[in-house]
Amino acid sequence: MPGHFEPLPGGGAAVALDDVEISIIRSLAVQLLELIGPGPAEDAPADPLAELFAEGPSEPPTDPVLKRLFPDAYGDPEGAPADAQEAAEERAHAAEFRRYTENDLRAGKRENALAVIHSLNELSQAGEGGAVLKLSPQESRRWLGALNDLRLAIGSRLDITGEDDADDLYTLPDEDPRKPMVMAYLWLGGLQETLVSTLLP
Amino acid sequence: MGHVTAAAPIEIEKTESAEEVFAVPEPDVPWVTIVHNDPVNLMSYVTYVFQTYFGYSKDKATKLMLDVHHKGRAVVSSGTREEMERDVQAMHGYGLWATLQQDRK
Repeated sequence: MPGHFEPLPGGGAAVALDDVEISIIRSLAVQLLELIGPGPAEDAPADPLAELFAEGPSEPPTDPVLKRLFPDAYGDPEGAPADAQEAAEERAHAAEFRRYTENDLRAGKRENALAVIHSLNELSQAGEGGAVLKLSPQESRRWLGALNDLRLAIGSRLDITGEDDADDLYTLPDEDPRKPMVMAYLWLGGLQETLVSTLLP
Repeated sequence: MGHVTAAAPIEIEKTESAEEVFAVPEPDVPWVTIVHNDPVNLMSYVTYVFQTYFGYSKDKATKLMLDVHHKGRAVVSSGTREEMERDVQAMHGYGLWATLQQDRK
């Protein structure tokens, strides 16, 4: 069935994709990769130990998508800190957490997006106008993470911050410039929803 | 399930590590990982993450997901600060919006 993952006997999942769908997913995954940025290996010295100990950034990203993908770990998003001292402590803790985790988190998201591109490339080589994508359980988990990151990225670009925003998307007029992005967002949601169901016991 | 005497001797195995000796003294209040509501993340996906990462039952994972959805947030785990930082990092890896804080309530 188009746009729906189905479980494979013995584990894994399959979905039929046409050429347009393949190129949309690939293009979005490439954009996500570009946004997340190169791995430490590409801009660090060739010393693997230096890379291992390289610290991540301490400031939150300015791009709203990256800010959503790598949120602050400290600080109540709903309630303001009790006083200036508490606010300063939260900022310091969030900065430290970011230094020690953001590189790893970026690497994980990069690997997921790369796995998606890799399986689509293999598919195109075999395909003629469309093909059935078959994923192992391991690949399914990477796809699931990448699909979620893509939806977070598009959701952020579309400024979906409340439940009402998400509901409004269904009723956009055809001439709205956001319409193509919304269609992609909803379609990816269907893919992700059906992929989750193949992974749940 | 009438067995209450078969508890493992967890307390005996607990040892003080060098790290704990040098840790900054903090009030003996546990830390918690809080997952915040997000209109993008699918309910089924959030439930899947709670089951997969924490090993929670489907019922417990679903209840926590519904708490996040309806109340805007839910405490999904508690423990030491280090453990909660690990959980928060994992949640961010999955794309869930999570923070940690000391459970002052």
